[in-house]
Amino acid sequence: MSTTGLISRNKIHPLRLALFISCGSILMMFGALTSAYIVRQSAGNWLEFDLPTLFYVSTGALLLSSVSLQACYSAFLKGHATMYRGLLALTLVLGLAFVILQFQAWEAMFDAGLPLKGNPSPSFVYVLSGLHAAHVLGGLVSLVVAVIHGFRLPVLATPRRKLRLQLTLTYWHFMDFLWIYLLLFFVLQR
Amino acid sequence: MSSVITRPQNEQAFIEEDGYEDHFHDHHHGDKYQSNFVTTYIFSMDHKMIAKQFLITGMFWAVIGAAMSLVFRLQLGFPAGDISWLEPFLGKWITISSSGVGSLSTEFYYAMVTMHGTILVFFVLTAGLSGTFSNLLIPLQVGARDMASPLLNMLSYWFFFLAGAVMFASLFLSTGPFSGGWTAYPPLSALPQASTGSAAGMTLWLVSLTLFVVSVLLGGINYVTTVLNLRTKGMSMWRLPLTIWAFFVTAIIGILSFPVLVSGFLLLMFDRGMGTSFYLSEIFIGGQALDHVGGSPLLYQHLFWFLGHPEVYIIVLPAMGIVSEVLAVNARKPIFGYKAMVYSILAIAFLSFIVWAHHMFMSGVNPFISNFFVIFTLIIAVPSAVKVFNWISTLYRGSIRFNSASLFAIGFVSMFISGGLTGIWLGNSSIDIQLHDTYFVVAHFHIVMGVAAFFGMYAGVYHWFPKMYGRFMNETLGQIHFWGTIISAYAIFWPMHYLGMAGVPRRYYSFANFDFTSQFGAMNAFITVAAFVAFSFQILMIVNFFYSMYKGKKMTTRNPYNATTLEWTTPIEGIHGNWPGKIPSVHRWAYDYGKFGEDAISQYVPVSEAEAEADKELVH
Repeated sequence: MSTTGLISRNKIHPLRLALFISCGSILMMFGALTSAYIVRQSAGNWLEFDLPTLFYVSTGALLLSSVSLQACYSAFLKGHATMYRGLLALTLVLGLAFVILQFQAWEAMFDAGLPLKGNPSPSFVYVLSGLHAAHVLGGLVSLVVAVIHGFRLPVLATPRRKLRLQLTLTYWHFMDFLWIYLLLFFVLQR
Repeated sequence: MSSVITRPQNEQAFIEEDGYEDHFHDHHHGDKYQSNFVTTYIFSMDHKMIAKQFLITGMFWAVIGAAMSLVFRLQLGFPAGDISWLEPFLGKWITISSSGVGSLSTEFYYAMVTMHGTILVFFVLTAGLSGTFSNLLIPLQVGARDMASPLLNMLSYWFFFLAGAVMFASLFLSTGPFSGGWTAYPPLSALPQASTGSAAGMTLWLVSLTLFVVSVLLGGINYVTTVLNLRTKGMSMWRLPLTIWAFFVTAIIGILSFPVLVSGFLLLMFDRGMGTSFYLSEIFIGGQALDHVGGSPLLYQHLFWFLGHPEVYIIVLPAMGIVSEVLAVNARKPIFGYKAMVYSILAIAFLSFIVWAHHMFMSGVNPFISNFFVIFTLIIAVPSAVKVFNWISTLYRGSIRFNSASLFAIGFVSMFISGGLTGIWLGNSSIDIQLHDTYFVVAHFHIVMGVAAFFGMYAGVYHWFPKMYGRFMNETLGQIHFWGTIISAYAIFWPMHYLGMAGVPRRYYSFANFDFTSQFGAMNAFITVAAFVAFSFQILMIVNFFYSMYKGKKMTTRNPYNATTLEWTTPIEGIHGNWPGKIPSVHRWAYDYGKFGEDAISQYVPVSEAEAEADKELVH
């Protein structure tokens, strides 16, 4: 990328800072929707239901993927090629599994008589988890790029490649954090 | 008096000696930058070119948006007048009566009002103002080679362009563009069958604005990162010019508030397309009961105004920053109360997030909640007044150069006071009972954020035009433009206060049917004439702009205004990377005007021992 010519005198790389700011922006988006949820809920006429258990299973998959990507990053720094590649692939599989599990959770909700239309209470769960899944898909794209790099390039921790993996890692952890926030919100804000 | 200031003999040689070496020119960038027509003028990654793209696209939209206002002003000023001559342009939106008199269709009137608002607020005063000057000035004034991510910066412009293309296409739909007001409240925006404009027009409106938000976020993330991370050596935050502080805080506000608008839009899209009931409750349309249940249209208003209010500061803060800089340069004085200016920008930004419900006093929100919003709204007057006081104090006893840029900056202060004072009225929920949705509101926001922001933008365009094109704009035409604009702008908006106090509602197609409104026929005709006059002066400015681009007086020295900031240390012919060699190091704040008898001392000039001694004595 053309930013390599822009040498920063600060410790944090400009793109990493830009990513943090973007995460703040995404957080505002979800903050707005969860606030809307609270406002709408307090107005009454609010359907109460139990979350499908699949949401908890998917949470496990996402948490594991975060751990494995972190381990993958340290393996990359240490130059453990097999470990690095294996964990990278594992993360991608877990990430895909998360999205598929989310989809199945929506199907379970629908089958339980909680359609997207109708009372806004389930609608909010669909929209919030759907928007999160869309952001995870973005993360999966960067994971796929990381996997391609991991398997086609020699395992060499150059500053540029370190930065790339670090950015993917940061975003992925953020997705994890965001989902935990949403899940806790759904559970506590009944 | 022998000066305590030691100036380097040769600026360029000194920067090479003292500047910061980032090895920028060791790399070869030619293939990505300015190597052919497409990379130079179209998919440019150079912040200076992207700034010009934002500016010229903004001007295009300004002409369209203003022309729309002329169309609906014709209807308001001369309701019985014949406008069949507009038929070649507007086609079926002009209905010709049997006697041959052409009048504007009511649907199209609402569509014009809606588009005027949307275009001016988002495309002109957000993208055209902060997009232009943040791009042009942030790297130049903080001492950076370019934005943190030139690629994202380029995408920011092209997402804006795409948003514009979609909105432009919506103007040509057979059902017309969206017509439910720029705020797009449901149910008009949520039910495609609610009005002609609510169908495809609203869909394109949503697509366009979502693309626009992407553009704002990409731009904003870049601006913030560049200011925080790419300042040159010695450029501490407290040495930044106020322009940069304003753009920086504007970008932060945008990053925090635009995503909330997207959230609101997302739920709206679900209501429109998927049949959910976030905003729609039990509703009958055309005698038919819809199956929506239990939604709340107020929810949308909360989400919309959580952006909508900060948005007015996104519009006016860059103008304030530009005005501060232009006033200091042209008064040959340091800006009065620099730190107070920064803190008031921060205070305004903070407060802007906790006042949104003052747009909703009449929507049935709890009056006790209104109290909270009234108080914070009125508190905004404090930092605003601090800024006004400081601008006036900067001018006080200055050696003022009256040129187009400084006149517009002074005009900004005038407009901001006139429009700001009526804000104190409107911030009170009880006065809103009378004034809500009247022309008083129209007058208030047009003066305080419409005209004022335009004045700030004009000040910036006249001031930095040489930095953009290496030539000056014509000064005589510029001053004619200023006097014509300030007089006609007041002629348009001042009388609207009286309309509003009498209770004349905004957004009405015709006032003929009520006694309390029809008595203002002559005043409405006057306003319409003033609007045409104002428009013609803006055309003069555009002519001046393009004429000067090719035929204007050439810039012969790097620093024609004898200003202190770093953009005036770059070569006249803008180059990729901004500085030919090293980046200048910064040794002082941005406002050393008139210090120890020196007219101006640029930020790259080091502080000599004698000056440091003299500084100490000054403090004691």
